[in-house]
Order: sequence, then C-alpha cells, then structure tokens
Amino acid sequence: MRPEPVKSAPPATVGATPHWFTRLQSLGPVIGLVLLCIAGTLLNSNFAALDNITNVLTRTAFIGIIAVGMCFVIVSGGIDLSVGSMAALIAGSVIMAMNAAGPWLGSPMLAVTLGMVLAIVLGALFGLAHGLLITKGHIEPFIVTLGTLGIFRAYLTYFANGGAITLDNDLSDIYSPVYYASVLGVPIPVWVFLAVALVGGVILNRTAFGRYVQAIGSNEQVARYAAVDVDRIKTLTYVLLGVCVGIATLLYVPRLGSASPTTGLLWELEAIAAVIVGGTALKGGAGSITGTVVGAVLLSVISNILNLTSIISVYLNAAVQGFVIITVAFLQRSRR
Amino acid sequence: MSVDVRFHEVVKEFGPVRVLHGVSFSLQAGRIYGLIGENGAGKSTLMKILAGYESLSAGELFVNAQARRFADSRAAEAQGIVLIHQEFNLAEDLTIAQNIFLGHEKKRGWLLDDVAMQREAAAALAQVGLAVDVTTRVKNLIVAEKQLVEIARALARHAQLLIMDEPTATLTPGETERLFALMAQLKADGVTLVYISHKLDEVERVTDQVIVMRDGQFVTSEPTASLTRQQMANLMVGRELSNLYPPKSEPVKGGAPALKVVGLTVPGWATDVSFEVRPGEILGFAGLVGAGRTELFEGLLGLRERSAQSMELLGQPCHLKNPREAASQGLTYLSEDRKGKGLHVNFGLRQNLTLMALQRYAKPWLHAADELQALAHAVDEFGIRTGSLHSLASALSGGNQQKLALAKVLHPGPKVVVLDEPTRGVDVGAKRDIYFLIQRLALNGLAVIVISSELVELIGLCHRVAVMRAGQLQAVLEAEQLTEKELIAHATGTR
Repeated sequence: MRPEPVKSAPPATVGATPHWFTRLQSLGPVIGLVLLCIAGTLLNSNFAALDNITNVLTRTAFIGIIAVGMCFVIVSGGIDLSVGSMAALIAGSVIMAMNAAGPWLGSPMLAVTLGMVLAIVLGALFGLAHGLLITKGHIEPFIVTLGTLGIFRAYLTYFANGGAITLDNDLSDIYSPVYYASVLGVPIPVWVFLAVALVGGVILNRTAFGRYVQAIGSNEQVARYAAVDVDRIKTLTYVLLGVCVGIATLLYVPRLGSASPTTGLLWELEAIAAVIVGGTALKGGAGSITGTVVGAVLLSVISNILNLTSIISVYLNAAVQGFVIITVAFLQRSRR
Repeated sequence: MSVDVRFHEVVKEFGPVRVLHGVSFSLQAGRIYGLIGENGAGKSTLMKILAGYESLSAGELFVNAQARRFADSRAAEAQGIVLIHQEFNLAEDLTIAQNIFLGHEKKRGWLLDDVAMQREAAAALAQVGLAVDVTTRVKNLIVAEKQLVEIARALARHAQLLIMDEPTATLTPGETERLFALMAQLKADGVTLVYISHKLDEVERVTDQVIVMRDGQFVTSEPTASLTRQQMANLMVGRELSNLYPPKSEPVKGGAPALKVVGLTVPGWATDVSFEVRPGEILGFAGLVGAGRTELFEGLLGLRERSAQSMELLGQPCHLKNPREAASQGLTYLSEDRKGKGLHVNFGLRQNLTLMALQRYAKPWLHAADELQALAHAVDEFGIRTGSLHSLASALSGGNQQKLALAKVLHPGPKVVVLDEPTRGVDVGAKRDIYFLIQRLALNGLAVIVISSELVELIGLCHRVAVMRAGQLQAVLEAEQLTEKELIAHATGTR
C-alpha cells in the first residue's frame, strides 16, 4: 500500500559525510586531551610513566562510569544531582549488609558477592524512584535529585552516627582485589570502566532505546507524538544511571573499606562536568559516550598535572577545572 | 507624519533557499492594503523585512523616499512601522501597561514612572475601545483583547504603518466587526494599514487596494473594487484552482468503517462527537480556529483526557492510551505543529523517518544502512527535495519538511491516518504534491482524515467533510453540499 512516487526529486547524494567542521568540533575534547598530555610530559617526565597513567585511569574510573550513565540522563534532557550522595549511601548500606551477612552466611566470599549485587540493585532502585517521581510525579529532575541529594547523604550520616562505617577485616581482604588487582597489567576498575563505556556507547548509538533517548532530549513533544513511550524511556535513563553509580560504588568500597559522610562528595559535579566537557549539550538531544570518557580522563589529567608540577598550586585544581568547563561551554555556544 | 513605502527588487534568501525573488511595489499613506497569497508566497517574510525583523539579502527598501535597512524592529518602530504578529508578542505575566511600554519604559531618574505609563496606556486602550484596567495581567485576557492590546501598543509607539498578520484568524464574528471599525477609524486618522489574510471576503470588505504575491514574487496591485473574490483566488494560485487537486475518486459506499467513533468528549474542547471513516475514504474536518478539531483527535489518541461511548478501530473496540498504542493498532497522527510536535528539526532525515517504526530496524542493533535505504526510498516516493541524505531536517524547506513528516507518520504502515493541516506553510507546488499523495493513499485503501482551515482544500480533496463549531459536530456534508458557503455557514453558526 505504498503510494507511487509523486515526482522525481533530484538524486540525493548517499555517500556525503557530515561537514568537516562538525567533525573537527566533535574531536575537540580529544585534541584538548592530547595537548594536555603533551604539556604534562614536557613539564614532568614522570607524567608519561606507566605507573602514573595507570593511576590516573584508575582514579578516573569511578567518575567515568557514573558519567557514562549521566550522559544518558543529560541527553534525554534530564539531570541528576544526587549521584555523589547516592554512591555514599550505597557504599554504607553495602558495607553494613556485608558485615551482617559475613558471619551469618559463614562464607566471606558469598557475603562480598552479595554486597556487590546489592550495590547494583540499590542503584537501580534509587534510579527507579527518581524516574517515577520525575515522570509520574511531574516534578522537575533538578528538584527531585536536589531533594535526594540531601536525603541520601543524611541517611548515610545517620547510619554512620556521624563517623565512618568500616568493612570487617576478613571481608576486606577478600574484597580488596576488586580495586587493587590487575589483569594483563591493567587494573580491574579500568577494565570495568572500558566495558561500561563500550556497552553505553552501543546502547546510545545502536539501539532503539538510545535513539529514543536522543529524540526525547531533542524535543519531548515530537517524541511523544511519534509514539515514543516517553515516561518509560526517561525512567530507564535514571535506572541506568543508578546502575552505573552502583557499579562505581562496588569498585570504590574495597579501596578504603569504609564509607563516611565525605564519601562521594561533589562527584555529581565532576560527572556532569565530564559529560559537558565531552561535548554533550546540557539541554539534551545529542551526546557522545566517547566524548564523555575523554572528558572524564581530561579532568583527572588536569588534577594529575597540577599534582606533579608546581606551576599552579594544587589548591587551584577545582579552579582550573572550572575554567576548562566554561571554555568548553563557550566553544560549544556557536554550535546551536 | 505619514509613511510612504516602496520596495525595489527585494530579494531574501534563507541559506540556499530564495523566498523572495525581486519584489517591487509601493504603499501610499492612509490606505488599507490587503496583502494576499498562498502560504509560502513570501507575504510574511516581506512584511518582516519592512518591520525590521528580517534583513533583506538584496534590493532596496525606501521609506519616505529614503533608502533604509532596519537593523531591528526598534529601528522600524522609530519610523512608525509596526508589525503585529500572528502569534502575539506579549509577556503573559506582565500587566497591560507593562506590555505596552516593554522596551520603551518611561523613567524618572533611575526609577520607572509607572503613573505616567499607566496614564498613557489607558489612553491607548481607550483609543482601541478596550475597557479593561491597565494593571490587568495579559494572561487573564481573552484572545481578542490581547489583539487590541497589541494594537494599543503600536499606537502608543505612534505607529503610522500598521501591519496585521491574519488578525481575524482567532476572532469571533462580533470581535471581527469591532476590529474592522477600529481599522476604519485608524485609516481616518491617517494610518496606513497592511492587512494580511486568507479570508478573501474580509479582504474584499475592508481594503482599498489588493496586493497579490505568489511564490516569492509580486503579481499585481489592483483597487479592491475592480476584483472579484474568484479573481483574487486565481491570481493567488496562478492557475485554475481545479488543476491543484487530483480528480476525486468515487465516494466509498458500504463496507466496514476503518475507524468508528461514537460520543467522543474531550472536556473543554469537544462534546459528544461521532463520526466514521471507511477504507479508501478521505474525510475532512472543517471549522474555525478553536472549534476543537485538533483537540478532538488529540483526545482520541489519548494525549488529552477524554471519554467516549465507543471507539472501534478496524472493527475492534479500542481504548487508546497514547500515540504509541494508536500506532501499534494502525492509527497515526500528523500534528499541525510541525516544529513543535511533528519533526525533530535538529535530527537527520533518517532518524526522523524511522522514529515511529524503529523496531523494524532494531535487530537488536539498529542498522543505519537499512534506515538509509528506507530514506532513499522515501525521498523518491514522496518527492522530498534534499541535497544530501545526511542533511538535518532543519535544512529542508517547509514543503519538504512537511513531506518528510508525512513519510514519517506513514512509515509504520497505518490503516487510518489523521493529517492535521497537512499543507500549512508549504508552497503551491508542494501542496499539489501532497494532495495527489493523499489521493493515492486513499486509492490504496487507507482511511484518511484531513483537518484543515482552508475550505477550498477540503472541498477539492475530500469525499465528505465534517464541520465543527465550538466543540460540536454541526454537520457532515458531501457531494453537492460541499461548497464554501455551506461550510462557512455551519462553521460560524449562521445557519
């Protein structure tokens, strides 16, 4: 039942690729990172050392994994301010659960596995709560997650009695390889970061869900009229982010083996910054996982260089990152 | 101070698209001009240039024999030229007085002089005959009152040339009469008026001179008295109207309806509406703006609260909760609001085309190559003119965007399709393409519902036309009853 051609249109060129300038702009973060690495190497020969690179990447992993999830939320036109608090509460809850389950199950191994699963489940549940409040409750994402930012951290502080919740030693011994061990010379958090980024990239660019996320962020009304289940997709982006926070937390817990009111402090800002520096517009519609990964690495390279050199005080780390974010936003401005 | 205006070879280009091809004519002070032409003829663009909202790409604009290029609307206002947009430019949360002086606030030292502004605003309101307190917030006014506020604002800025773009589109007949009386009064005061409208009967009544534009070109300027309405219509279209439409197929008789709706009510918009459409039939929905046609179908799709006695789609009772369910059951809807609800203008053509049928391409990974092939096919089939298959939708002209939007809602392969203002803002050529396309869809067994504010379009295209007024179905007309006079009579309730 297809209609006949109306009239012949001039043949469209199939092989044409996006304009070179657009491509150059999408390469911006990569170029920035390369320049920064060259500068770092010139300033301090230790920068390019394998140990240092591994160290930077491992530290990037937490923020990077969260940023991948954040990328989905931002592309859909939302925001989540609570991820740092969420990570803290998940860390505290998981440690308490493992401490309780260890003696009860009689197997520290099983307790740790249970804790890791719990981290992901809790993340998903928190994300689901966000999604439902935003879509079914019709509350702005900014407000919802501003609220839970306070709620999550307050409960962690309450559970910890203002101090720290610490993982039992026998459990800690079994759990610590998840952060400290390496496979093929690459630390496990970096492998996980890579895997999350790959999966995220495939979901965003190669699945119907990813296309819907972009469609909603680009124009929610058009998406709704085009038979997209807007509420479900938006909720799922928050669930996805929650899962990412869960994964980041389960990698973070063995690092220190404790959770305190300062755990995950300001992670939300770093994650959002990584997404923005990576070239994703805060108003949504289009974004890039590759850019997000580069953005996350770029931000931690900045702080690493400041640590290694004495040109700028390390106390100004946040200021330098701030300048980078504003510069990127300034360069992006012309695109819209 | 009066204003004489002359356009000389005015050209306007938006990127590669040329919308004005060297337009020349002049406007003399103290007359009422009717500016008519099809959608896309370039009327609005030309008037935006005159009022400083757009710049001209080439050619010259003379105001009082002096060449001018207005940098912005403020520069045009300084010459006494004011454009009143079809969509009002009022800040809803501010008061009438604040709106009238927005951007031109009177001050006493560092502070606003509210007393003086309110006094002058009240004077301007009195001039247009609006008896409302100037401290009323604009959001509390009805449409006709907002329009009068717009005119009052223009007068407060000492407008000598007032351009009104479709001012009566949303007015009731009584409000329209009041507006016409005001226009006559302004003319007596020496103000030049340019009246853009599709309603030829109104143009015939209130204007002194008619200027016709077509496809970005000036066609003619004639005293209104020397033209009949039919002549105006033919001048606008540039050909006999009958050639614009495909020959009608035989009306569909008998057979099960593809969509049958009984007693559909959308609170605040439509009451107890019943209709049915059969496969192969084109059913029109006529009515004035605000008659509730769009809202009726948004209710049907579950986008608005609604209740109904019964709804049957392809013989099955249905209760559609959202457009997704509707699409999966064989009903799709093309919104009248192309940029706001119809297309992702920042998306590529491919992503737009396949959005409603994306499952087809997810196996489970999306195949861009398959999508691209579908796009190439659609470009061919729907006659979408684009430089590259990788363009963004925003790079297409209005008519081609509309063809893409049509291709998009037809991509899932619906059995019933609702097209809301399918030719709004497209040029005559694209219009004709769309009419022939709709006709072919119907011949292929699709049930088509066309909502349109252009009566001639419904008459030329539809087997039957349902007329709505104030949320109620007034009549369903067919065959010999399908005349402009009959439709207007039902739509305005003068029968």
